[in-house]
Amino acid sequence: MPSLKDLKNRIGSVKNTRKITKAMQMVAAAKLRRAQDSAEAARPYADRMNAVMAGLAGSASGEGAPRLLSGTGADRVHLLVVMTSERGLCGGFNSSIVRKARIAAQELLAQGKTVKILTVGKKGREQLRRDYGQYFVAHVDLSEVKRLGYVNARGIAQDILARFDAGEFDVATLFYNRFVSVISQVPTAQQVIPAVFDEKAETVSDLYDYEPSEEGILADLLPRGVATQVFTALLENAASEQGARMSAMDNATRNAGDMINKLTVEYNRSRQAAITKELIEIISGAEAL
Amino acid sequence: MADTLQFDLVSPERRLASVAATEVQIPAAEGDMTAMAGHAPTITTLRPGILRVSNAQGSQSFVVTGGFAEITQTAISVLAEQAIPVEETTGTIFDDLIAEAKSLAEIALPEDKAAAEKMVNDIVAMRHAAGH
Repeated sequence: MPSLKDLKNRIGSVKNTRKITKAMQMVAAAKLRRAQDSAEAARPYADRMNAVMAGLAGSASGEGAPRLLSGTGADRVHLLVVMTSERGLCGGFNSSIVRKARIAAQELLAQGKTVKILTVGKKGREQLRRDYGQYFVAHVDLSEVKRLGYVNARGIAQDILARFDAGEFDVATLFYNRFVSVISQVPTAQQVIPAVFDEKAETVSDLYDYEPSEEGILADLLPRGVATQVFTALLENAASEQGARMSAMDNATRNAGDMINKLTVEYNRSRQAAITKELIEIISGAEAL
Repeated sequence: MADTLQFDLVSPERRLASVAATEVQIPAAEGDMTAMAGHAPTITTLRPGILRVSNAQGSQSFVVTGGFAEITQTAISVLAEQAIPVEETTGTIFDDLIAEAKSLAEIALPEDKAAAEKMVNDIVAMRHAAGH
């Protein structure tokens, strides 16, 4: 049975925790709003980019297609780009991405393929280090970045493309959380190299004149496409992170509230018990005289 | 109105402009081109240069650093890697761009060397055109 003073301290500490989680929830809500806005703003570019590339890819596939589109012809070395957050306290956000990446890595290794891992954000790196540390090839640290920009995505994309040109891998896949709503983020694996497009995209290439040439434009566009996909993934991830943090902190705030109620009941009960005990002692003392 | 076309300028981060335009001057990869309503459908890549949009209210200029433009009979969408309204540009922005292009030209493979050096020249020319 904890003493009255212990209980009081305990209540005080849980109250402080609740204040912090409440504040974090509100900060996450504000950041989520911003992250959603930038994800929204980036959408027209990405959509148009994909539409044009899909149209071009349809007509350019086959002989002599760029390697970013057709692949290296092999399927041996896989690069997994695992994008997670720089900060914790966001519920299952990082674990769900890592789980997805882990399953993919296990499958690839079981098939006898080589796996390389590029991590973005330190939380995923920490979780993957124990089992897959030997496969790490690079790490991108975004903890200093206040506001995600296209430059960040371009940096990552350039790194990936340089490795591809150097023949370090055959297939690259991005792992990130796609933002659906505040309470739902879907861990997603998206293959970026070789590029894949929706089958349903109609081939529009006949309609257009191309300058300089279809192949020239495609060769110019594909690296940009990789950067765009990385950018979209980063933005979706940022929005998901804030969403996950917001709901995690909302739960924490509610739990702290419940705990305070329970502790307060216990506190009052033991206080009452102490008073009753004292009264009985006095009364029995008086009767004994 | 039949003689205007819908002009959209988007960068990866935001939509910069969406207006009706009478003519759009585009720094295409192989020389400037001006598109007006009824232009043959074309897709072209951009070189660093100045994009000029004119309509009844006047004209607006943007500095773009590459990307591509999709032209149809009734609309133009320009997807620029980076786009800045000319009024907002400063000497430092150009300095950074030139420095970046130069460093890329240094490390470029022999077969890409010419393209990378052209990039530097294009940016320098663009800087002159923007008046910095």
